[in-house]
Amino acid sequence: MPKSRIMAFTWATVKNLFSKPVTSKYPAEPIAYPEGSRGHIEIDIDDCISCGICEKSCPPRAITVKKPPEGTWGIERMDCIACGYCVSVCPKKCLHMVEGYQTPGGEKIVDTFQRPHMGEEYIKAQEEKKKAALAAAAAKKAAAGNAGTAPAAGAAPAAKPAAAATTQKEQT
Amino acid sequence: MAKRSVVPFGPQHPVLPEPIHLDLVLEDETVIDVVPSIGFVHRGLESLVKTKDYNEFEYVAERVCGICSFGHGNGYAEAVEKIMGIEVPRRAKYLRTIWLEMNRIHSHLLWCGLMADAFGFENLFYQCWRIREKILDMAELTTGGRVIYSTNMVGGVRRDITPEMGRAILSTLDFIEKELVPIRRTFLSDYSVQERTRGVGVLTKEQAHDLGCCGPFARASGINCDMRLLGYDAYGELEVEPITATEGDNYARCKVRLDELFQSISLLRQALEKIPEGDISVPVKGNPDGDAFVRLEQPRGEAVYYVEGVGDKFINRFRVRTPTFANLAGLCETIKGAKYADVPLLIVTIDPCISCTER
Ligand code: SF4
Ligand code: SF4
Repeated sequence: MPKSRIMAFTWATVKNLFSKPVTSKYPAEPIAYPEGSRGHIEIDIDDCISCGICEKSCPPRAITVKKPPEGTWGIERMDCIACGYCVSVCPKKCLHMVEGYQTPGGEKIVDTFQRPHMGEEYIKAQEEKKKAALAAAAAKKAAAGNAGTAPAAGAAPAAKPAAAATTQKEQT
Repeated sequence: MAKRSVVPFGPQHPVLPEPIHLDLVLEDETVIDVVPSIGFVHRGLESLVKTKDYNEFEYVAERVCGICSFGHGNGYAEAVEKIMGIEVPRRAKYLRTIWLEMNRIHSHLLWCGLMADAFGFENLFYQCWRIREKILDMAELTTGGRVIYSTNMVGGVRRDITPEMGRAILSTLDFIEKELVPIRRTFLSDYSVQERTRGVGVLTKEQAHDLGCCGPFARASGINCDMRLLGYDAYGELEVEPITATEGDNYARCKVRLDELFQSISLLRQALEKIPEGDISVPVKGNPDGDAFVRLEQPRGEAVYYVEGVGDKFINRFRVRTPTFANLAGLCETIKGAKYADVPLLIVTIDPCISCTER
């Protein structure tokens, strides 16, 4: 064997003896993820409007959105491929991709989040809103009747309460 | 005549996790015929495409393969862009090129490791994968994912590379280049390694041409074909010189791939230097109507994508011709006449990706 090879071997051995291992002692030593690491999805459930766009766009169909009165948002963690497409399509920007990978395992994990003010409370609010809308419609009718001879002038203020009612509905 | 026996190889074999099955007809120690069969991990991509809208399918297309992932997503996105007549911003083209080359570096380093493992040089295997880890870290820094980048979309890319990230990539490239020199030396001039590579599994230029081989496998036989010369993405503005060898044996395949690593490093440096400022995506409206072919150079060779849209948001047809599929015929030719003990090594030298062949 040529002398240079022996030197190379010796040098590599000595270097190996006194250098730290390349691998880290995970999980004893925590791992630092770079910013923007695609780990798993988190949701600000308060902002969700249950529009279901994320459910329709998710390639493996990992998301289940139940419209109010249930108002839940669920994710099948094992199905999620961490593509982040739902994050980019959500109109309320309430989904976030955060660091931390899903631990592997043999069982399916479904995480379900509940929107606030759902259930009975939501139904009650809906009924009240319906009542308000009816009242607004009645007021509109009355205003149209009063205006009588000048329908064009009367129509403009009467349209206002109805519009207010719809915006209120959208907000909840 | 010596006694003939048929030995099954795979689909589960310690040399590689890819499910390929070969029936080897042996005469003593020599393989005289080989019958390949695939189809163990068919996933029905061509039917799946009809149930996903064309923007969403990008993420599925990218997951055709776990190694050359970005290229598959890119081929699909480019085909859709071609149908819809979308001109991608220049910066997005450069970003795509950067990620394609990062993909190539990690894929080739993975191959070097597998090759070293196949001929039993475990230390070399670890060294290759130790370096590969650095490029995976860079992928994670720039895209958020280590092997599946998910940054491509129809009309551009979703993430930008900031100047700090660019500097991090450059310093990683310096590290990789420095570490690759002794690895290349070991692969190409170590006596024991050459025993397993020199003159083993020779594929002549004529054979490679007639069997339609592609990628590093064909280039090692002296065929000068590299789809990057077509100038898709930013390759038209960078200097790409296909790396070829003439021997056509395992040694030449090692040499081509190792030199391509250095070439990718140089391409990345060029791209990071020339990258223009500007937008990274354009808004996409409407649905694809029509069909398009796109060819691009994956780490394993030329891949062909065909997309057909019929004017609604679902793609009607999507087909991928992967490089491994093209190289299987060449593989069978190299195995014929080889020693039985060399078969695992020969399978590794085409850098097989059976999972993406079967989709
Ligand atoms: S990250 Fe992708 S796979 Fe996961 S829930 Fe969102 S869209 Fe679905
Ligand atoms: S897209 Fe956003 S707002 Fe709509 S259901 Fe999903 S999480 Fe909620």
